Amino acid sequence: MMDLRELYQDIILDHGRHPRNFRPIEQPTHTAKGHNPLCGDRVTVYLLMDGDRIADVSFEGRGCAISTASSSLMTEVIKGKSLAEAQALFAQFHAKVTGGEVHDLPEALEDDAERLEPLIGVKAYPARVKCATLPWHAFEAALKGGAAEPVKTE
Amino acid sequence: MNDFAGTRRAVIDPQALRREFPIYQNNPGLVFLDSGASAQKPAVVIDGVAEFYRRDYANVHRGVYELSQRSTDAFEAARETTRAFLNADDANEIVFTRGTTEGINLVAQSWGPAFLKPGDEIIVSDIEHHSNFVPWQMICERMGARLTVAPTGPDGGFDLAAFEALLSPRTKMVAVVHVGNVTGAVLPVERIVELAHAKGAKVLIDGAQAIPRMAVDVRAIDCDFYVFSGHKAYGPSGIGVLWGRYDLLATMPPWQTGGGMITQVTAAHTDFQEPPHRFEAGTPDISGAHGLKLALEFIEGIGREAIRQHEEDLTGYALDRLSRIPGLNLVGGGQQRLSVVSFNLDGVHPHDVGTVLDQQGVAVRVGHHCAQPLMDKLGVAGTVRASLGVYNDRDDIDRLAAAVETCREMFSR
Repeated sequence: MMDLRELYQDIILDHGRHPRNFRPIEQPTHTAKGHNPLCGDRVTVYLLMDGDRIADVSFEGRGCAISTASSSLMTEVIKGKSLAEAQALFAQFHAKVTGGEVHDLPEALEDDAERLEPLIGVKAYPARVKCATLPWHAFEAALKGGAAEPVKTE
Repeated sequence: MNDFAGTRRAVIDPQALRREFPIYQNNPGLVFLDSGASAQKPAVVIDGVAEFYRRDYANVHRGVYELSQRSTDAFEAARETTRAFLNADDANEIVFTRGTTEGINLVAQSWGPAFLKPGDEIIVSDIEHHSNFVPWQMICERMGARLTVAPTGPDGGFDLAAFEALLSPRTKMVAVVHVGNVTGAVLPVERIVELAHAKGAKVLIDGAQAIPRMAVDVRAIDCDFYVFSGHKAYGPSGIGVLWGRYDLLATMPPWQTGGGMITQVTAAHTDFQEPPHRFEAGTPDISGAHGLKLALEFIEGIGREAIRQHEEDLTGYALDRLSRIPGLNLVGGGQQRLSVVSFNLDGVHPHDVGTVLDQQGVAVRVGHHCAQPLMDKLGVAGTVRASLGVYNDRDDIDRLAAAVETCREMFSR
C-alpha cells in the first residue's frame, strides 16, 4: 500500500482547492460536459480554438480533489498547444494511469508531461482512476462534438 | 417449527464474534464499517454452504432420487426458517428471490399491471434506495399512475403528518424502507401501515437494513409485502426473500415464466403453480437458500434484541464521537436511528475522504448510496457512510474518528 501523501501531494491539494482556469469561456468553439455517475462528479470543459491551436481552455464543475486537480493541471498544460500535442499528452497520461503501453513524447512536451506526474499516483487506486481521466475525456468529447451540442462522456 | 428458543447470548462480545468471521483473520487490523452495503460472512455460513454442496446437493422439486429429495428438504427447510424468522403465518408466503431489488421488482411488475389503473398513486419516501424507487417509477409510467414522494422532516425522521396528507383513496401502494440505508432512520412502519390500510392501500416494506439488526414480525407490522436480502444479513449474495400475504400473492400473475412454476403446459395454454412456486421460475439458488437459513440462525443465536441494543449503543457513540470533529456535518436520521451514520467534511469530497480512510485501514462507503433523490434534497453529491455489524466495537469508531481527523488535517493545510 503506497503512502497517502504520494497520492495527495501538495500540488494536488493545491490545485484541488485553488483550481486554475476555473471559469467559463463566453464563446467557446468547443465544449463538453463530463459526468462520472459513480461519484456524481461533473465537469464542463470549454475550448477556444484558433485554427489548430488551443488559444484558451477552462473548466467548471464540482468534483473530488483528484478530478478538480486533474482538470486544473490539464488546462495549464494544454493551453497554447496544438491539438496533436494535447492529444499526445492525453494518450501518454492515460496510458500511465491505466497501466497501458507508454510511448515517448517529443522532447518539447516532456516538461508538460512532468507537470502531470503527481496525478500518476492514482493508478494505485483503480476506483479513482476515472476521477483523473474525467476532464481529459470531456476535452476529447468537446473536440468531437464541436460547439453546437455539449456531449456527455458517460 | 423453529422458534429459535434457548440459544440467545445475552450481551454481544464483538471481539469474540470476530473470531467467527474468517475475513478478520485474513485481514488483520481491518476496520470494516460497510455492513450496510454487504455484511461479512461467519464461518458457519461459509462452511455450511460448502458442506451442503459436498453432502446434499442436487436440483430441487425435480428428481425422484433420494439425493434430490434431501436437497429439496434443505431448500424447503430454509423457507420454514425464514417464515419463523418473520413470524409469518405460512411458509408458502415466502418467495425466494435474488435479493431485495428483485423482490420489489417482482411486486411492481406482477402486482402493478394487475391492480394499477390510470390516475392511481404510489407513495414512496424521500430516503428510499433506488431499488424501492425506480421499479415504482417505471410501473407508474407504464400504467399511467403517479409516484408521490413522502418527505422526511428537517431532522431526517419520517414525517407522518405529511405522509397522511398525501394519502387518498387513489393511493394503491405505499413502499417504504424500514431502516434507511443513508440515514439509519427507523421508520414507524406500524403506523404507516395503519394509515395506508385505512385508505385501502397496500404496503411494501424494504427490510434490507432492518433484518440483520432488529426483530421483524410481519404480522405485528401488518404490512402486505416485506422484502430483504441474504447478503446484508450475514448470508450469501444472490439470495433474498419476498414475503407476501398469501391471499394477495394468490391473486398475482407470474412475472417470470419457465420451469418449476407450472402445473401443466400444452401448446395452447399453461397453468401455473400456487405461490410461492409460481414466482420461482427456473432452478433457484438452492445453496443460497441453505446459506440464508444458516445466517438467520446465526443472527437468532446472538439474539436480535441483543444486536439491536449493541448497534444502537454503537450508533449513539459514533454520532457523539463524530459530532466533536470540527467541520464534520452529520446527516440527520430522526430520533430513532440504527447502525448507519452519514456525514460530510467541509471542503472535502466524500471520495477523497473514502480513499484517505481506506489508506488507514478503515472501510466505509462513499458516494450517493443509490439514493440520488435524497442526495439532491441534501444538496450534496454524496456522503461518507459508516454502517455497523455485530463485529464492530467502540475501537472501530475511534479508529474511524482518528482517520477522519487525519483527513481533515490533510485537506485543511
